[in-house]
Amino acid sequence: MERILFGDNQFFAVNHLSDEKSRAQAVRFKDDSAIIKVLDTVIDCDINTFMCTTHDRIANICDHIRRNPDQYANFQIYPCMPYAHKYANAVTELGIMGTLKEYMPSSNLLGTLAKGGLAVFKKDFISIMEILVDTEMKMFKGVRTDVIFIQNVITDLILGLGMYDFFRAFSDYVKKKYKAEAGFITMNLPMLYQALEKVGVENPIICASINKVGFRMTGGVELYERTLREKQMRVIAMQVFAAGAIPPKEALEYVCNLPRISSILFGASSRSHIEQNRDLINQYWKNDEAVLV
Amino acid sequence: MIDQKVKIAIIGLGKMGISHLAILNAHPALEVVGVCDTSGIVMEALKQHSVFECFTDYKKMVDKVRPEAVLIATPTKLHFEMARFALERGLHVFMEKPFTLNMSQGEELVRLADARNLVTQVGYHNRFIGVFNEVKRLVDLGALGEVYHFVAESYGPVVTRKKEETWRSNPSEGGGCLLDYTSHVVDLLQFVLGRVDTVDGSTLKKIYSTSVEDAVYSTLHLDSGISGFLSVNWSDETYRKMSTQLTIIGMSGKLVADAQEMKVYFKTAPAIPGYEKGWNVKYITDLTPGVDFYLRGEEYSAQIDYFARCIQNRNAHGISTFRSALETDRVLNLLRTYTQ
Repeated sequence: MERILFGDNQFFAVNHLSDEKSRAQAVRFKDDSAIIKVLDTVIDCDINTFMCTTHDRIANICDHIRRNPDQYANFQIYPCMPYAHKYANAVTELGIMGTLKEYMPSSNLLGTLAKGGLAVFKKDFISIMEILVDTEMKMFKGVRTDVIFIQNVITDLILGLGMYDFFRAFSDYVKKKYKAEAGFITMNLPMLYQALEKVGVENPIICASINKVGFRMTGGVELYERTLREKQMRVIAMQVFAAGAIPPKEALEYVCNLPRISSILFGASSRSHIEQNRDLINQYWKNDEAVLV
Repeated sequence: MIDQKVKIAIIGLGKMGISHLAILNAHPALEVVGVCDTSGIVMEALKQHSVFECFTDYKKMVDKVRPEAVLIATPTKLHFEMARFALERGLHVFMEKPFTLNMSQGEELVRLADARNLVTQVGYHNRFIGVFNEVKRLVDLGALGEVYHFVAESYGPVVTRKKEETWRSNPSEGGGCLLDYTSHVVDLLQFVLGRVDTVDGSTLKKIYSTSVEDAVYSTLHLDSGISGFLSVNWSDETYRKMSTQLTIIGMSGKLVADAQEMKVYFKTAPAIPGYEKGWNVKYITDLTPGVDFYLRGEEYSAQIDYFARCIQNRNAHGISTFRSALETDRVLNLLRTYTQ
């Protein structure tokens, strides 16, 4: 994994501090070309991994990447699935069974349809999970995706329900089908690590909020620091600025000095912000052992 | 400290129920002893991949596993019957909002709970959001001076086109913007500013739905003499998810708050540490206490944690009881009957 991963919240009007800022972002990134322009700036800043949710609009970005292979030769996407609001709104409207029917593939290959229908009929949940992964992955065909993530709302739901075998099944499936590693986004890193250890997902890739003030770090800063020191895992730190509560220098100095941090994920809209964060990370991350997947 | 875990069972595993189950199961002071739903597919998934004891009949579940508390997250029309059953057996009850569909049912549940000194709570999670608690603190301290107006708003994208009917589009089952969205805003308003006395100029507007309202607009008059506007619309697709906002204006200042941030303006330097003359902005990061397990928002865990502590301390006078939820039902009733 690269040291810096570029995130997508700013493109999809997700702002953890302010609904007003969200709206401003929605206006700015109304057109896909505005997103592509920022991604090109990112590449120009030597950042080559875009970590993003499987939002419908990402399909257009993938089209653009496929149309311009030379320009994006070193570029890759880490998909994070699912785009939860899509399913949450569908469940409100159609119920759980109705949502499954709606999103199990039906329009393409007859084979997939049969497999999907059969899986729901037989209540084979591992197969249902695999088909939903395939559905979400369809838009990335031909785009490099070395790590595939489960979004925190699903990771943490499975974690809370204690259905850990899904973590293992997901990990096995993306390895087999997509030659990719599984990643897990969570707001409960210490608890998730224990669960993954139980089902034999070794040296896992975990993406979690990690910041000096303990924002969205369930169990507290001390428990996180101890877990990072004592356990073997590859961690992607997100929300390092605690949604803007910590000044960039202070925020990045803290995270860069923690053990087990493979990458830092951040999103930004302007070249100056991207460059500033990149330079600070390179400055504080002196021990530059490349961490490879 | 916690001596013994509280045994709890859950009835109803829809979107809210599943999320509650994960939070209950992760809570160190609670032990989930039974889960109950009539939907085949969810129960089948839990049977195959979890260790929960599963039931399709809640009465049988309660008789078999003997919980001390139940969490009810079924469609609203089932709330009354299930809660009554639980209270009659001496169980503490956490119920999803809205409370019940008519006042006499709600009153009966409050009486039952009071008579047995049982802990009750309704899932009005805005009461557990750090920013809104700070708003309440400032109002209670009189920081805004004499309050003379408010605007209570909530918008979101639930029904954004004409579509098939579900229980959410059936008013007799608890559907509609009034019961689903407006209940949250009214509950928050009464939590922060006090009891609503009368409503005026109310409109229940159908936009895409045919049998329920998609928007609710009204003027509300509080016991305290303050009046203000209510504006709720669940058919607004410019919002990614439900967004609730309170604006409160007083003689000494003005405040605008949603779940993420609070902007407050003071005409003169207030005597409250951390605030100064002019605009002040406070964020969720400053105002949100940590939780033991996070799923979808700190407030969902915080409300369950509070419920567990109320049971342990046998505190039947919590901050979101059946009694306070009945007050919210009363206002919803005023809004409903105004137009009839």
